[in-house]
Amino acid sequence: MSTVQDASVLVSKPSSPALSQRILRLWTYRGLLLNLIRRDLRVRYKESALGFIWSLLNPATYLAIFYVVFVIILPAGIPSFPVFLLSGLLPWTLFQNSMMAATSSVVGGAPLIKRVAFPREVLPLAAIGANIFHFFLQMIVLLGFMLIFGYGFLSRYTVLFIPALIVEVLLLTGLGLMVSSVTVYLRDMTHFMELATLFWFWMTPVVYPPYLVYDKLTRHHIPFKLALLNPMTPVVMAFQRAFYKTPSPTTVDHNGVVTYHHILVNQFHLSWYFEVLGLIALVSVALIWIGFHVFAKGEGNFAEEL
Amino acid sequence: MANAIEVRNVSKIFKLYHEQYHTLKERLIFLRRSKRFEEFRALDDVSFEVEEGTTFGLIGANGSGKSTMLKLMAGILRPTSGEVMVKGRIGALLEVGAGFHPDLTGRQNVYLNGSILGFSTKEINHKFDEIVSFAGMENFIDNPVRNYSSGMYIRLGFAVAVHMDPDILLIDEVIAVGDEAFQAKCMERIRKFQEDGKTILIVTHAVDGIRDLCSRAALLSTGHLAAYGNPSEVIRQYRNKVSKTHTGEKIDHLTAVDIEKLTLTDPGGNPQPFFTAGDPMTVWAELVTHTPVEDPVFSVNIFDAAGQHIFGTNTALRYMGTDLAPGPARLRIDFDMVPMQEGTFTMAVGIHSRDGKTVYAATDGNTSFQMRSLNDEPGRLMLPCRFSMDAPAIKRATG
Repeated sequence: MSTVQDASVLVSKPSSPALSQRILRLWTYRGLLLNLIRRDLRVRYKESALGFIWSLLNPATYLAIFYVVFVIILPAGIPSFPVFLLSGLLPWTLFQNSMMAATSSVVGGAPLIKRVAFPREVLPLAAIGANIFHFFLQMIVLLGFMLIFGYGFLSRYTVLFIPALIVEVLLLTGLGLMVSSVTVYLRDMTHFMELATLFWFWMTPVVYPPYLVYDKLTRHHIPFKLALLNPMTPVVMAFQRAFYKTPSPTTVDHNGVVTYHHILVNQFHLSWYFEVLGLIALVSVALIWIGFHVFAKGEGNFAEEL
Repeated sequence: MANAIEVRNVSKIFKLYHEQYHTLKERLIFLRRSKRFEEFRALDDVSFEVEEGTTFGLIGANGSGKSTMLKLMAGILRPTSGEVMVKGRIGALLEVGAGFHPDLTGRQNVYLNGSILGFSTKEINHKFDEIVSFAGMENFIDNPVRNYSSGMYIRLGFAVAVHMDPDILLIDEVIAVGDEAFQAKCMERIRKFQEDGKTILIVTHAVDGIRDLCSRAALLSTGHLAAYGNPSEVIRQYRNKVSKTHTGEKIDHLTAVDIEKLTLTDPGGNPQPFFTAGDPMTVWAELVTHTPVEDPVFSVNIFDAAGQHIFGTNTALRYMGTDLAPGPARLRIDFDMVPMQEGTFTMAVGIHSRDGKTVYAATDGNTSFQMRSLNDEPGRLMLPCRFSMDAPAIKRATG
C-alpha cells in the first residue's frame, strides 16, 4: 500500500476534503475560473449586434429613468443626482446580478458536474467574476458622465473605492457559495432570491440619501449601527463617498432661499469607513468559511441530485 | 510496485426518489412523506488495486456498477463509505467533449475543455496544434461547435482528453468513435500510453478485447466484486454470470467451450491482411472444450461495419453433426470465395444447441477483416459474371 502523500494523490472519501485542500485545489483550477468567466461573457454577447454596449446601456437606462423620476417628477433635492445614483447603483447592480447568477450557477452547470470532476466552487465564483467584469464596464458610464460634465470627483475619499469593492467581492463569495449549493436541493431559491434582492435593494440607501436613514434613526434614538446590519449599506455608502462630492451643507439660491443638503452622512470620516468596511470584511471572511462548509455539505451529492 | 489506484471497501448507495420534491411548496406539503425514496446499493464493499503502469480491465453487465465505479475513480461521485485513492493526474474518456459550449468556436472550446480537465492555459497552448491536427480539424477550429457534426465533436473532445498527458487514463466502453482511420489513431494512442508506462483502466462489456490488452481484470456483478485477477479467468466468470442473468431470454450461456482464437487465412492456412472480392477464405477457430458437448451446432456469420447481417449458416442447416470431447480442437470453415466489395466486416463464430436455447460459446464480434475491390465496379457484392454476345461483329468474351 502506498503511503506517499503528495499533491498528486487524490483520495475520494464520503466526506469532503479539508478546507485547506479544497482551496489549494481551487487554486490549481484558476485557469478554469478564467475560462468559465470568458465563456459567460462570450456567450452572453455572441448573438447581439451591440455586444458589450448592452452592459453600458443598462446603467444608462437606469440613469435616464431615475433622473426623470427623481429630478423632474418628484424632485428629491439631490444635487448632481446622476453621480449620486450611479455611485450607489453600480455596486448594487454588481451585488444583485452576482447573487442571481450564483444562485443558478450550480444547477446550470449540471451537464458539467455529471461528467467531469473539478472543484465545483468555480461555478458560483465564475458567475460572480463575470459580473465584476460588467461592473468595471459600467464604471465607464459613471466616469464618462463625470468627465463630460466636468464633475471633479477626486478627493481623499476616492481611495475608498478599492476596499469597498474588495469587501463586496468577499461578501458575494460567501453568500454565493451558500445560495448556489442550497439551490440544488431547494429549487425555489431562484424565485426567493428575486424577491429577496428586491427587498434588499430598497433596504439599501441607493436611490435615497443615506443621511435620511441616519437622521430618522438618530431622531428615534436608535443607533445607526442597526442599519449596518445590512452589510450592503456601508459598502454602498463607501462607494458614494468615493465618487460623490458632498455638497456643502447649505446652499443659497438666487432668491436667497437657504437649502440644507444632507445626502451623505458628513459626520463619518475616512476612518469610520475603514473601520466599518474592515468589520464587514471580517464578517465576510466568516461567511466564506461558512459558505465553503455549506457548499461542502451539499457538494458530495451534486452529481446525483442534479 | 506502487499502486496507481486503490479502491478500499467502497460502497455507493443511491437514493431513488419516487417523486423528487425540489420546490419549497412540495417540501412543505410532503414534509411527513419526505422519506419517499428507496436506497439502491450500486456498489457493495468493493476493493481492488491497479498497479502503476499496467492496463486493467473492469468488466460487468449493464447495471453491475462499473460506470459508478468509474465515476468514483474520476472523482465525479463520492463513495458512501470506503475510499478511493488515485495517484497521479487522471484523464477520463467517459463522455468526451463534456462542457463544449455550442456557441463557442472549436478553439475556445479546446481551452475551456482543457481547463475543465485541470490543465493550465500554458499547457494547452503547448499542445494546441497537436490536438487540432490529431482531430483533423484544422479547417474548422474557428467555427462554432454548434456547426460541427457529431463525429467532429467527439473527435475534438477525444483529442483534447488524450493529449493532456494524464498519468492514468480511464476509458469507457464507448470509445469506438469516428471513422476507421480515427479509431486506428486512437488505438495507436492507447498503445503509446501503454509503452510510456502509463496506467490504463478500461471499462467494458465487450470482453474479448480485454484479454489481449489487459494484464489484470476485475468483474463487477450487481455491485459486488465477483472476480479479480487474471483476465482469462475473470472473463470466464463473466460468461457464467451472463448465463445466469439472461435466463429471462431463455438462452443459457455456458462456458462449456471457449473459442480461444479466430484466424482468417487463405486456403493454404496463411493469415491474410486483407481479402480481395472473389478470393477464397478459410476461417480457423481454436476451441478448448471443458466439458463434453453432445450434438453442438457450429454457426458462422458475417456482418458489415453497420451491423447488417451479410451471411450466416450453421451445421444444422447443412445437416451435419459431431460431438465435442474435452480438450483442444480446431474448427475449419472454408469459403470458396467471399464476394463483398471494399469495406470492413466482422466474422462471428458460435457454438449452440440444436434448439438454439443454449449457447456454449460465441466470439464477441471483434474479429474484423478488410475487403478490397479488384476494380472500380460499383455495388456491394462482386458476383462472378461474364459478358458475351451472339453477333458477327464482335466475337470477344470477357472473363
